[in-house]
Amino acid sequence: MALCVELGDEISAEVNTRVRALEYLIQTKGLPGVVETVPSFRSLLVYYEPSRTAYEALCAGLGELARQATTATLPPARLVELPCCYDPELGLDLVAAAERLGLAVDELVRLHAGAEYLVYFVGFTPGLPYMAGVPERIRLPRLETPRVKVPAGSVGLGGAQYCIYSVESPGGYWLLGRTPVRLYDPEASEPTLLRPGDRVRMRPIDRAEYDAIAARVAARAYTPVIA
Amino acid sequence: MIRILDPGPQTTVQDLGRVGQLRYGIPPSGPMDVRSFVIANRLVGNADGAAGLEATLIGPRFTVEAACAVAVTGAETPVTINGHDAEPWTTLALSPGDTVRVAAARAGVRVYVAFSGGLDVPPVLGSRATYLRGRLGGLEGRSLKRDDGLPLLPAPIPARRRLAPAELPAFETETEVRVVLGPQADRFTAEGLAAFLDGPYEMLPQSDRMGARLKGPRIAHARGHDIISDGIALGSIQVPGDGQPIVLLVDRQSTGGYTKIATVGSFDIGRLGQVKPGQQVRFRAVDVAEAHRLRRAWETLLAGAAGGPVAAAPAA
Repeated sequence: MALCVELGDEISAEVNTRVRALEYLIQTKGLPGVVETVPSFRSLLVYYEPSRTAYEALCAGLGELARQATTATLPPARLVELPCCYDPELGLDLVAAAERLGLAVDELVRLHAGAEYLVYFVGFTPGLPYMAGVPERIRLPRLETPRVKVPAGSVGLGGAQYCIYSVESPGGYWLLGRTPVRLYDPEASEPTLLRPGDRVRMRPIDRAEYDAIAARVAARAYTPVIA
Repeated sequence: MIRILDPGPQTTVQDLGRVGQLRYGIPPSGPMDVRSFVIANRLVGNADGAAGLEATLIGPRFTVEAACAVAVTGAETPVTINGHDAEPWTTLALSPGDTVRVAAARAGVRVYVAFSGGLDVPPVLGSRATYLRGRLGGLEGRSLKRDDGLPLLPAPIPARRRLAPAELPAFETETEVRVVLGPQADRFTAEGLAAFLDGPYEMLPQSDRMGARLKGPRIAHARGHDIISDGIALGSIQVPGDGQPIVLLVDRQSTGGYTKIATVGSFDIGRLGQVKPGQQVRFRAVDVAEAHRLRRAWETLLAGAAGGPVAAAPAA
């Protein structure tokens, strides 16, 4: 069974950080009966085993931890650097997005790769990060007609949100480029790469380096830089 | 080793599912009908969570290379061993070379086949359950194909057990499932909410392990059908803009952005998973305290089913 703890009704770093802080407190302090948790923008879904806790006690415990969950609670976040090839052949909307924004392609790439992104949560498909931190200047509404198939690794913008498609799936974000790194690899010992709370930076690479890294990824001989 | 001669339309390896991966977007998977799955394991002397098969609408045909026991539970389906009728919901002892055929379901959808010892596929993230969309777990993350071989963990041939007739599931043409309203029930009009609780809703054929898609009286939204994406529980009922409910199940997406009118109690998910396309579903609202009472009752009944749990075999 599950209950949903809502900590706000907006998409903001502050609300999301409190969500992740609550999850962290549950993980570190332990709350009887809690089986697993799923953070998202503004709420934490808490799965529990009703035979191991009384509902009222669980609600009281969660309320108490929610009061303690502040932006100062969390341990330092990881910084993950992902190589990204901003090439129109891979970033299917790169040219159109630059045109729509009234920017040169180079300038759009510089702004996108110059920012640091925060993983609010991972979800929808395995390993897909929902990120914020998109510079105001490069925000675009989502595509009017979503694509039926977006290739895995595509980096996409939609409004203030940024995601990297972890598996081939439908999608409505503007595709600026592609990372050769697999965010989801069912055969790896840890199938998903990114975690809620990670900070992410993109490192621009050319097509030759993209192909070289892709080959190493396929041979399981590539590890992204995680600090 | 068992050898698949004909897998049926969608047969996967399942155990009781993987825990703790939803925060990375990986659902638990596991059987749609937990009760039938657990009973199948008990009938072959396994711990409740041993890996077995879940088939959909039509069961598999397979041979066994060594002596073992099997049990077939879940949907109502004819079972034969070497062409002779055999009983479901009981321990069936097999000799090397025996061929078992589990035919098309006469009632229900999900058929379970358990093997003494349990299927020995490599656990992934702590579970042998197959997650088809994520190509994870089970046998190479996929449904079974002809000629697949599945090893069994070593186990003694168990004593014969059978399910008491009173414990057999009843398959109805209209299934009532209990729901707790929320978390976004306030986003619907009073008429929309009444339509949802009046029903009935027809199970659509495009339903799968990710979600049960239903068709019936339109559930009208009061203000928009989008929310800020948040977590989706087992049994969450999403209502997109078309006003038709989708009940999210064991292979669900971890988060989503449509309004959720209610949640089907975990104790009724197994019954919902046995509703055939074209059959009707009705929703009845209960409060949280009643849902907990129903859950406890379900657990108590399951604890005693088929003679209760088997003592766990040594870990493999």
